[in-house]
Amino acid sequence: MVNVGVVGLGKMGLSHFSIINAHQDTNVVGLCDSSGYILDILTKYTGVSTYSNLETMLDGTDIDAVVIATPSKYHAPMVRTCLERGIHVFCEKPFCLDPADSIALAQLASDKRLVTQVGYHNRHIATFREVKRLLEAGVLGTVTHVLAEAYGPVVLKPKGGTWRSKKEEGGGALYDYAAHPADVLTWYFGRPESISGTVLGKVFSAETEDEVFTTLNWPGGLSGQLSVSWSDESHRKMTTSISIWGTNGKIVVDRQELRVYLRDAADAPEGYVKGWTVRYTTELTDEVDFYVRGEEYSAQVDVWLKRIGDSAVRGTADFIDASVTDEVLSTICNNIDGGLRHLDAQSESSDGQSLSAAQTGLWTRLKNRQRNRRLRSGSRY
Amino acid sequence: MDRLLFGDNQFFGVNHMSEDKARTQAMRFQSLDSIMSVLDAAYDADVTTFMCTTHDRIVDVADRFRAEPQRYSRQVVYPCMPYAHKYANAMTEAGIFGAIRQFLPSEGLLDAAMRGGKSLANKDIEGIITLLIDAEMKMFRGLNTPVIFLQNVVVDFLLGMGFTEAFRIFADHVSSRYNAEPGFITMNMPRLLVALDAVGIENPIVCTSINKLGFRMSGGLDSYLDALRNRRFRAIAMSVFASGAIRADEAIEWVASLPNIESMVFGASSRTNIESTAQLVTKHWSRTPELLRTA
Repeated sequence: MVNVGVVGLGKMGLSHFSIINAHQDTNVVGLCDSSGYILDILTKYTGVSTYSNLETMLDGTDIDAVVIATPSKYHAPMVRTCLERGIHVFCEKPFCLDPADSIALAQLASDKRLVTQVGYHNRHIATFREVKRLLEAGVLGTVTHVLAEAYGPVVLKPKGGTWRSKKEEGGGALYDYAAHPADVLTWYFGRPESISGTVLGKVFSAETEDEVFTTLNWPGGLSGQLSVSWSDESHRKMTTSISIWGTNGKIVVDRQELRVYLRDAADAPEGYVKGWTVRYTTELTDEVDFYVRGEEYSAQVDVWLKRIGDSAVRGTADFIDASVTDEVLSTICNNIDGGLRHLDAQSESSDGQSLSAAQTGLWTRLKNRQRNRRLRSGSRY
Repeated sequence: MDRLLFGDNQFFGVNHMSEDKARTQAMRFQSLDSIMSVLDAAYDADVTTFMCTTHDRIVDVADRFRAEPQRYSRQVVYPCMPYAHKYANAMTEAGIFGAIRQFLPSEGLLDAAMRGGKSLANKDIEGIITLLIDAEMKMFRGLNTPVIFLQNVVVDFLLGMGFTEAFRIFADHVSSRYNAEPGFITMNMPRLLVALDAVGIENPIVCTSINKLGFRMSGGLDSYLDALRNRRFRAIAMSVFASGAIRADEAIEWVASLPNIESMVFGASSRTNIESTAQLVTKHWSRTPELLRTA
């Protein structure tokens, strides 16, 4: 049994609470939020102990693991508090607004052998995972270009009163929406070396961007584009899709459907043919034990809890993976003139004190460790 | 309940298998007339119960039903509330209570506005829930709504949290205020039955994924079959075709072979599809066409 606490009871925190509370291997032992209102209601109707302060919750209960779903600016200090007490952490995305924090916390978790994960749920969607497998098998030959898109109807008029409309708190379409397709890009292709041509467009918001368009370049010549808007009412909900071009064909994937075009299928995995192969989520998705709002939300929690049980410190979307995505987001955020920005250079210039991960050699060490681990375990991710 | 119920996913760009297909359908059903022509086809095929979400566009459908009481004299509507994306998108923008405030009646009914403010201030969940139900039910005034459903996102979210008292509040309100039976949609049927039992909701109407593939049947196919055999409830099967992954004939034959299923809900975009589904249900399940109407 894993004793879990949940901090931050907004949409995501409550959703995690529901999924984890229903999980057979966990006890939810504490809920924490700054709103006494929501705490009173939850105490009354669910019987779980509630706290208005993280430290008090950690002092007052025997907690093994914490879910952090507070506004993004609180992630770094709260994650640190938990890690220093030896507690495993699941943090909502984006991980940290300052990549120097991301890297330091990834290092701390790694040193203390704690199991961490960030809520990048696309990594737990069956179609996106299948694409990861296909890319690792090299089915597209040399990948030359990728387009990552996300559109949805969040901000459709000029107003907004929550932290999501405040830039300094991590609001805006970049951290809220673009974080997801950006994370898929780093998951599939690793860390890009530069960002350029960024447009952070406003549609309705006064303080934050509603659109994100940018170009990414990876070592070796792969280029990518990110195209995101949270002010697109033609979509019923957030819709993420990725298109990938390579010398041997093309892949187009969203959460429901995977379309693969192969010029030559001689070396392709079973089930993939020359020309088009279309596969659906109905065939690819594993059932979950408890479903609230998409299998991926349950699956990501299952993976994290299982990793805690197995003491598997490295795993998909852990703090190390999320730090790479944070570096990308931060570089996009600072690329307001649209010029070319290298990921390392940006880290140096934004904070003279902090060392970038590349400089500390963290990426190289972790990359080797990850490769060794993959060779050992034949990981699905 | 009728053996065959007509759903509304096809009208609003919901397709569990393909975003493209969903978009094509959303474009096709852009006009109210195209929605009505499919509903008319269902009605004419004796599929006279329309199980629909409280999507904004249903307001216009309800107006059409009311405008021609003769034409739609046998029309039954099962509202399913709330249309969750409306709330989810509002929650991202305005926070939980901002979203609730946005959907509470704010004008016209001074009483409701007062009740709403008071309920929020006193943390009176019963008051808030009943007001939200009333707000969602407004579009159905004057229509025959004998069963009112709580949508799966809300049901399963509350179920996970253990906030099961809300089910009783919902059930009490729909039966006392609307003289309707409460229905619950879920992706976690066996677990929900235990929870409903615990809050004293007996022989509940439960609509849940039931298909040969086990798609969206959380806890596994076997636990569903066990519940169908051993628990007392009125089951409505949904996702019978697993979004098109199972052939219609095979899908219906399998569901019809299970014990204790009272109805199935399906979506279709054409008269031909509706008629062929009705024929398959008659063939595998009802034996006689009359049974299509009243199980």
